[in-house]
Amino acid sequence: MSRALLGDVVVMGIETSCDETGVGICRRRRDGTVELLADEIASSVDEHARFGGVVPEVASRAHLEAMVPTVRRALDVAAVRPSDVDAVAVTAGPGLAGALLVGMAAAKAYAVAWDVPLYGVHHLGAHIAVDTVEHGPLDRPSLALLVSGGHSSLLEVTSLAAPIRILGATIDDAAGEAFDKVARLLGLPFPGGPYIDRAATEGDRAAIAFPRGLTGPRDAPYDFSFSGLKTAVARWIEARQRDGVDVPVADVAASFQEAVVDVLTRKAIRAATDAGIDQLLIGGGVAANSRLRALAQDRCVDAGITL
Amino acid sequence: MLAIDTATPAVTAGVVRCATTTEATTTEATTAEAATTEAATAEALATRVTVDARAHGELLTPHITAVLAEAEIRFDQVDAIVCGIGPGPFTGLRVGMVTAASLGHALGVPVYGVCSLDAIAAEASGDSVLVVTDARRREVYWAHYRGGRRVAGPEVTAPAELPDVGATVAAGDGARIYADVIGLPVVGPAYPSPAGLVSAAGPLDGVPAEFRPLYLRRPDAVEPGARKKVSAGPQPPRPAA
Ligand SMILES: [Zn+2]
Repeated sequence: MSRALLGDVVVMGIETSCDETGVGICRRRRDGTVELLADEIASSVDEHARFGGVVPEVASRAHLEAMVPTVRRALDVAAVRPSDVDAVAVTAGPGLAGALLVGMAAAKAYAVAWDVPLYGVHHLGAHIAVDTVEHGPLDRPSLALLVSGGHSSLLEVTSLAAPIRILGATIDDAAGEAFDKVARLLGLPFPGGPYIDRAATEGDRAAIAFPRGLTGPRDAPYDFSFSGLKTAVARWIEARQRDGVDVPVADVAASFQEAVVDVLTRKAIRAATDAGIDQLLIGGGVAANSRLRALAQDRCVDAGITL
Repeated sequence: MLAIDTATPAVTAGVVRCATTTEATTTEATTAEAATTEAATAEALATRVTVDARAHGELLTPHITAVLAEAEIRFDQVDAIVCGIGPGPFTGLRVGMVTAASLGHALGVPVYGVCSLDAIAAEASGDSVLVVTDARRREVYWAHYRGGRRVAGPEVTAPAELPDVGATVAAGDGARIYADVIGLPVVGPAYPSPAGLVSAAGPLDGVPAEFRPLYLRRPDAVEPGARKKVSAGPQPPRPAA
């Protein structure tokens, strides 16, 4: 109570929407700044590798095993006693249902045991909040492109406290999922993103004209579709193999990656321009893709948008 | 003592008081006897059970706070947590187990895992008891008890393939659902009760064993086939966005 009155609030956050058990501890100071005290992650990525994608049941099993040890580590690293925690926050969705359930049950248990409030958090809103911890508060309405193994969304964000407007999302595979699946086709390890990125640096982006999903004049302007692209890559590789010709992994990786980031950036810029927004945020695992960053940078400059 | 089980469609929480008269028992052979002694002294002060296979996540924590309130026990007065570790359908089972593990950590008390079938057996009278619970997908989890001790199982199988272990009675929700296949008189509770869980846990004075779920089934996932059959190969399940 007294701490809260002074304005210092310690919050423990739990995230289990996909294959990582994440526990973060933050201190929000009186002046509104937020300090990250601990950010502990247990990943089940290795267990999914042999399946070439995230298997929900495998992820949920790993969350159960990792939950308490990860909370313990986070408290240790943050040097925070349980009695110092003023609130618990948890990803309430969207994400893998069974995986979310593990994090939510744990968060509820900690909250009732410590007698502190529990906050359910929208996963995409949390992605944007992460950006504000790094780069300071949102100073103006922004467009957020969130791309990961679990989602590909375009969001209009006016402020952290205001509801997020979802302008568009994938209608089938998430972008990161497409990377994983194509990596598998190319015999690259899981998770596919970094490996395709690396392979693509030696390939020709224009070597193969893979389709750009949902970019026709009558298609939903802000929605994404990557399932057709994945199939096109599969067909292309199959045809090559049928002819007994080697598959040029670098060219396929580069051309596939170009098709994904071309659509992502094109639609993001268009959504920003249409909404009169001059700031673009990119978040999620796929944001680490070097070609996505480069192309987004170029196109933002052209459109007069800050990245 | 706080007792929790979510290995069946029942969302179960209870506060159980144990008399602490049990003599310390260390050898394997006397464990069952100790459990029997405890059974006589495990008294449920408050119990909440809701049978709804889809409500574990929603109802368990409210059930826990409700039983503590009814028993007039504060969280910091809980000495230990006993939790069913299955076998049971995975999603619900995990809710109970992660709740128990988190509460145990948050409160600094030990968490004891109990085979959920043992908890049913603890309240089923009979010298040779077959405990059968519904595993969905037309299968059951089962274990066989003789003189109060588990002598076979837990395992998962189709009801028609239950081995003939010579049991005289059957207990558990599976024993009711598949009564005509099993052909044994049904006794005892359909689901684990808080008192049953605590009884089955035996003397709670040692270091808890590793707290791990009894899944008995592997995750449903297919490893990708060879690279040759690119689009015809098996696909991994798609994570929901
Ligand atoms: Zn995410």
